Amino acid sequence: MLSHDVVIVGGGLAGLMAALAIDPKLSLAVVSRVHPLRSHSVAAQGGINAALGNNPNGREDNWEKHAYDTIKGSDFLADQDAAELMCRRAPAAILELEHLGVPFSRFPGGVIAQRPFGGAGFPRTCYAADRTGLVILHALFEQSVRRQVKFYSEALVTKLVAENGRLVGLTVFDLATGEVLPVRARAVIFATGGYGRVYLRTTNAYINHGSGIGMAYRAGVALKDMEFVQFHPTAIYPKNILISEAARGEGGYLLDNRGRRFMADYAPSTMELAPRDIVARAIQTEIDKGNGFEREYVHLDLRHLGEKKINKRLPSIREICIKFAGVDPVYAPIPIQPAQHYSMGGIDVDQHGATSLPGFYAAGECACVSVHGANRLGGNSLLDTVVFGKIAGEAVSDYVQGSRARDGDEKLLLDAAAGEKAKIAGWLARSQGFRAHHLLNNLKIIMSEKVGLFRTRRQLEEALEAIREIREDYGRAFVSGRCLRYSQAIVNLIEFGYMVDLTEVITLGALQREETRGSHYRLDFTKRNDQHWLKHTLLSLRDGRPAVDYRDVRVTKYQPEARKY
Amino acid sequence: MRYSFRILRFDPLEDKRPYFQEFAYETNEKKSILEALMDIRNDQDCALSFRYSCREAVCGSCGLVINGKFDLACRTMLESLGTALVVIEPLPNLEIQKDLIVDMEPFWRALYSVEPYLQPAGERPEGGYRIEDRVMERIDKYVSCILCGLCYSACPVVSRDERYIGAAALAKLYRFIKDPRDKRGYKRWFRVNTEAGAWGCDTVFKCNEVCPRYVRPADGIEGVRRALVGAKITRLFKRRG
Repeated sequence: MLSHDVVIVGGGLAGLMAALAIDPKLSLAVVSRVHPLRSHSVAAQGGINAALGNNPNGREDNWEKHAYDTIKGSDFLADQDAAELMCRRAPAAILELEHLGVPFSRFPGGVIAQRPFGGAGFPRTCYAADRTGLVILHALFEQSVRRQVKFYSEALVTKLVAENGRLVGLTVFDLATGEVLPVRARAVIFATGGYGRVYLRTTNAYINHGSGIGMAYRAGVALKDMEFVQFHPTAIYPKNILISEAARGEGGYLLDNRGRRFMADYAPSTMELAPRDIVARAIQTEIDKGNGFEREYVHLDLRHLGEKKINKRLPSIREICIKFAGVDPVYAPIPIQPAQHYSMGGIDVDQHGATSLPGFYAAGECACVSVHGANRLGGNSLLDTVVFGKIAGEAVSDYVQGSRARDGDEKLLLDAAAGEKAKIAGWLARSQGFRAHHLLNNLKIIMSEKVGLFRTRRQLEEALEAIREIREDYGRAFVSGRCLRYSQAIVNLIEFGYMVDLTEVITLGALQREETRGSHYRLDFTKRNDQHWLKHTLLSLRDGRPAVDYRDVRVTKYQPEARKY
Repeated sequence: MRYSFRILRFDPLEDKRPYFQEFAYETNEKKSILEALMDIRNDQDCALSFRYSCREAVCGSCGLVINGKFDLACRTMLESLGTALVVIEPLPNLEIQKDLIVDMEPFWRALYSVEPYLQPAGERPEGGYRIEDRVMERIDKYVSCILCGLCYSACPVVSRDERYIGAAALAKLYRFIKDPRDKRGYKRWFRVNTEAGAWGCDTVFKCNEVCPRYVRPADGIEGVRRALVGAKITRLFKRRG
């Protein structure tokens, strides 16, 4: 049986950063459903925040201002000590990345360049043109190669195996063989990313099903603040590929069908660089009022930036627009619409990445520390992965020193693998029922129509009912034909069960939270309510049913205030 | 619009040899080859295997040969082909594992052979490095590489000599040689001073032609050659002096 001291699940930024922080004396493996370089982190474009103060307009910047912006951006739902920790560590994290090989863009004098981003008081977003995620992911992967990290690629973790509150290991569906393998581990770090693909419109990769978050939930670990789903303001129409916030950071305008910069009505002082929740709602409101185009999109106009600046700062954006929408932003405005982009919520972890299950850790988008609260600022997600990925790696190294694998674990794992195998055999044996992609499409329609940018009690209740019906249908899912090796159909079916859980938790959290905060906008409760709701939602599985708890937000020195931009 | 997809199928565990299978496909939308393949898999044959992830030409998963042209399936639009017949084959120069999925291991091994990671001298400088943008710009196009392997699979030298490490690995090496932070000594990279390394290239420039990121990896090979010659001359003078 495969056995490692530490297994990291996910080879994106958080997973690789954790891998590099694991004590080299320990036996480590990174399991990833794709080759690590194919992880969704690679698609991050605009940058990573740190109060370096390199921009001439940002000399006064410091980590405390970064923390304040993050907390205000979060609509005061972030745990303030956690946000402070992340922002305090940010400058050193950037310099560490630079030393690991990341080719950041530079300012005259040779320091790392920084550009303005939404919701930030100073230009503090470090970048490498508009391929920041690509270069960081490649640099971390390169360093993992140097460290000879053991990778199991194209292997989907299907289940977290724990017994009596003790982590035992994992089961893994190996795509190359179609086998389910048990893997013993003394500690596990999930860095499995987000769940964008539960929505019809998302900037996320096809692989972002979010099953990792669902596996934690099924293992009894609480999910935190899952009702907070970020919709990015500018996804290209109709393919919904991300057009980075950097496009607005570099000076791009949002225009309605009369050529008017409508953000003046919503955020007069910051305009296009208000936080994402505010800009996304503004765009959708204008589209709904008929001020967009084809009732689908508005314009993001970069023409005034000029070809030279676009080529230097936003070359990939230009390429994406030409290839995928047939629009050259040098000569024409880009059609954009809001699309799901990020999960503020996730597996409930503390500031070391630890969950309530000893030995089980999580970092990156799948985890919720919480630093992003009800709305994440652009440029803070890469920072989150790098800072908390490293912290989780260090914490796990400490944890493993004091833990041991026990007899009996092997049997538990073998049984779990046999159970997973039987489940797959059931899908293959059935010759009729529901096809996975039909079920998934139905789920996406429900989430998009009823659990989107604007929410009401009635819609959320309807969504819950529909989601529970889909769960019934999942019990009668099947795949047509013989497929096992390299079967994405099987992968999709395995993940689908977890996606149903996630959507239930998102919807339930949204239904319970009777206020408007950050990305969670209730048409029937349009005000923030600090008296009742300055707290985190915790949803966990008890006796097979979701049970909700709440935990107060940790406030250090920033009392909640009206959020004006 | 109706299309006819002719897709190469092969499961080395079951089939004696690869074969083409026809699939009818109809769509009125502007679909990419990748989206069409996913539809065909979902509706017609769940066993059809291919790789994908980001669908925006940045993860490097979905390199294929589409009507004889090397490209990423996600960024190739059906309507751009100008024909209703779509022939899809896996990347050559690599073993087929199943259908359109090939074994990338030789490509990764070639990459690892150049020690593809920054090798700075000592600890990180307090307050970070000082590097002017024009210096960083020299490696700009090379750090855009997504390691999709298109250049490796299109290379005529790789197809006749499997020892040749190919354009992506050499361009990656050049990216590090030109990086002012990297202090690897000549001893750490002179091993590419062979026919399996920098001198293997036939300058046919297929790599430049197929690169979906416009990296022009052959410029990197050319750069490594210049660096090799330069290093030799420098060492010659050092020895004499």
